[in-house]
Amino acid sequence: MTSVSIRNLDLNFGAINVLKNLNLEIEQGEFLVLLGASGCGKSTLLNCIAGLLDISAGQIHISGRNVTWAEPSERGIGMVFQSYALYPQMTVEGNLSFGLKNQKMARAEIQERVARAAKILQIEPLLKRKPAALSGGQRQRVAIGRALVRDVDVFLFDEPLSNLDAKLRTDLRVELKRLHQQLGNTMIYVTHDQVEAMTLADRIAIMKDGIVQQLDSPEEIYLKPCNKYVADFIGSPAMNLFKGEIVTGDTPGFVANGINTGLAGYGFERPVTGGAAWMGIRPEHILLGQACEGATVQTEALVDIVEPMGSDTLLWVHSAGQQMRVRTEGQSKIKSGDRIKLGFNAAQAHLFDATSEMRL
Amino acid sequence: MVDLPMEPSGPKPRVRLSRANIMLYGILLLVSLYYLLPLYVMVVTSLKGMPEIRMGHLFSPPMEVTFEPWVKAWSEACTGINCDGLSRGFWNSVRILIPSVLVSIGVASVSGYALTNWRFKGSETFFTILIFGAFIPYQVMIYPIVILLREAGDLVTPIAQSANPALELLGLEPFGKVRIMGSLSGLVFVHTIFGMPILTLLFRNYFASLPDELFKAARVDGAGFWGIYFRIMVPMSLPIFVVAIILQVTGIWNDFLFGVIYTKPEIYPMTVQLNNIVNSVQGVKEYNVNMAATLLTGLVPLIIYFASGKLFVRGIAAGAVKG
Ligand SMILES: Nc1ncnc2c1ncn2[C@@H]1O[C@H](COP(=O)(O)OP(=O)(O)O)[C@@H](O)[C@H]1O
Ligand SMILES: [Mg+2]
Repeated sequence: MTSVSIRNLDLNFGAINVLKNLNLEIEQGEFLVLLGASGCGKSTLLNCIAGLLDISAGQIHISGRNVTWAEPSERGIGMVFQSYALYPQMTVEGNLSFGLKNQKMARAEIQERVARAAKILQIEPLLKRKPAALSGGQRQRVAIGRALVRDVDVFLFDEPLSNLDAKLRTDLRVELKRLHQQLGNTMIYVTHDQVEAMTLADRIAIMKDGIVQQLDSPEEIYLKPCNKYVADFIGSPAMNLFKGEIVTGDTPGFVANGINTGLAGYGFERPVTGGAAWMGIRPEHILLGQACEGATVQTEALVDIVEPMGSDTLLWVHSAGQQMRVRTEGQSKIKSGDRIKLGFNAAQAHLFDATSEMRL
Repeated sequence: MVDLPMEPSGPKPRVRLSRANIMLYGILLLVSLYYLLPLYVMVVTSLKGMPEIRMGHLFSPPMEVTFEPWVKAWSEACTGINCDGLSRGFWNSVRILIPSVLVSIGVASVSGYALTNWRFKGSETFFTILIFGAFIPYQVMIYPIVILLREAGDLVTPIAQSANPALELLGLEPFGKVRIMGSLSGLVFVHTIFGMPILTLLFRNYFASLPDELFKAARVDGAGFWGIYFRIMVPMSLPIFVVAIILQVTGIWNDFLFGVIYTKPEIYPMTVQLNNIVNSVQGVKEYNVNMAATLLTGLVPLIIYFASGKLFVRGIAAGAVKG
């Protein structure tokens, strides 16, 4: 069943066209992440869904109801903000019950719901405190609780973890995932952090300039980015990209810096045509030393910088005037200045047309 | 023991009487003297009898302390027609002050809130015009407002009179001609109008400094225009309300011009009566009574300021409101 359906949505701020003919279908119980660089219109889209912005064209349906003109409180959504947005003069309990009081709900039921939400989020001991007396993580829990008590169909999160420090962010991320599994609500989650996106999402919508570039499972986005922007955006460190040319013949190949990469192993999306193109290979798919025996391309490179990160090591190398990032195992013995052998398989590479930048 | 040259460690020792400090405190002392001396003279003079004043020792403390001038200023001095001192003016001023402060702050805070959070088409233009109003010298508007109030009275008269049969039935006095010009409500209206530009600016800037997401959260929680105003905005804005109250109390209490123009002698505010006492041309000039009357008139703003000075500074410096 469809939970949220966005149809031909346009949003303009004066003359600026922020969202352009956007279509999105979100399933009941799905965890959808809107991922994109800062300023691409993620928050704007979320505010449109919440009804906090008047849209310029199109429709929004939530739980089978057309809510395009409905007030935020009538849409069956709860929202969690980056700055928590807790009412500073109210206690935690007051914050949780504010929305319910506005619905004129009976006091007994309010208490029951607040108690239930507090239990789920483990904030029972904090109920009598004011927000100023809470830590960042506790505040964000209260903010989630405020959406929870209202028993809504859809949760909207606008970068809820980005004001927290790294450790807390990881903890709360896992908790959010657990909460989603427990509740089974539809969740729409905005972030610019790809780790959050990859770990939380059932599906990720990657946005750029108000347009959804790709809407797919995290796995699919990682393995088959649909265009060069997505390929470059997902993955840390970013994918290595080389500009070159596809030559057709008995076996097609990709020529860059005088090296011809045979493309026999590459799964083309469409019939091969020659011409300028980009080839991408992820740092973790570059093989080193013995491992690259039998790889499609093999070459030598000079190591410039070594970045040990414990669980793995990043190498910044160059070969034939081409900078490359390589990811290898944590306790690597490679030092800067070393000459190393490296290579990769065409099956793990990505090809994009040079003009349209679409996947080939 | 020999004093070894100390190695720097711990807090850096401060020189108490450095040149900069002497300069600083010297200037502060001078400035305080400049402001406190006249006050001192006023207090001292108001506690002397007339014979002692005539001896001419302006700065010397009273040889014989008397509260006679204060009593006279409050309840006996002649202000034009009647001779019951400033007390009448004091209560008039209170009756002008309370509704004027409440109405002007109420109207301005709601406008500031609407202009910040409920932008409507043309709200920016509206705000620009309003702010422009702050730069028009108000003397320009005195006469147009006289006409406005007079005409408004004529306009309201038939509406009010239509309620007369009901009033008569209840045994109450029916309305005659309604006069807004010269009435208390007229003056409250004038104070509200003239307070609007600066107060709306004050409130709008304050509300704009509150996080936008709070407002959004309250809307998602189903609060409406007034719900958000009373339950979210006002409780978070105590400092700015204090600033507005102080501005308005001092401004309206000290007002002379509007009081003398838009009211009539029975409801003249205290400042107008003070003027009538001090500037009366009959009889001898009673300096002690004049000083006491002036101090009495200035007492209300002074008390307000001392009582809430800290909050005032906090409100002015506000902007960083942490949740
Ligand atoms: N109220 C506004 N008026 C004009 N432009 C806005 C407004 N809010 C956002 N924008 C613009 O819309 C674009 C998208 O903003 P936003 O949705 O906040 O991006 P993000 O993806 O970082 O959340 C940005 O370029 C921003 O400058
Ligand atoms: Mg944003």
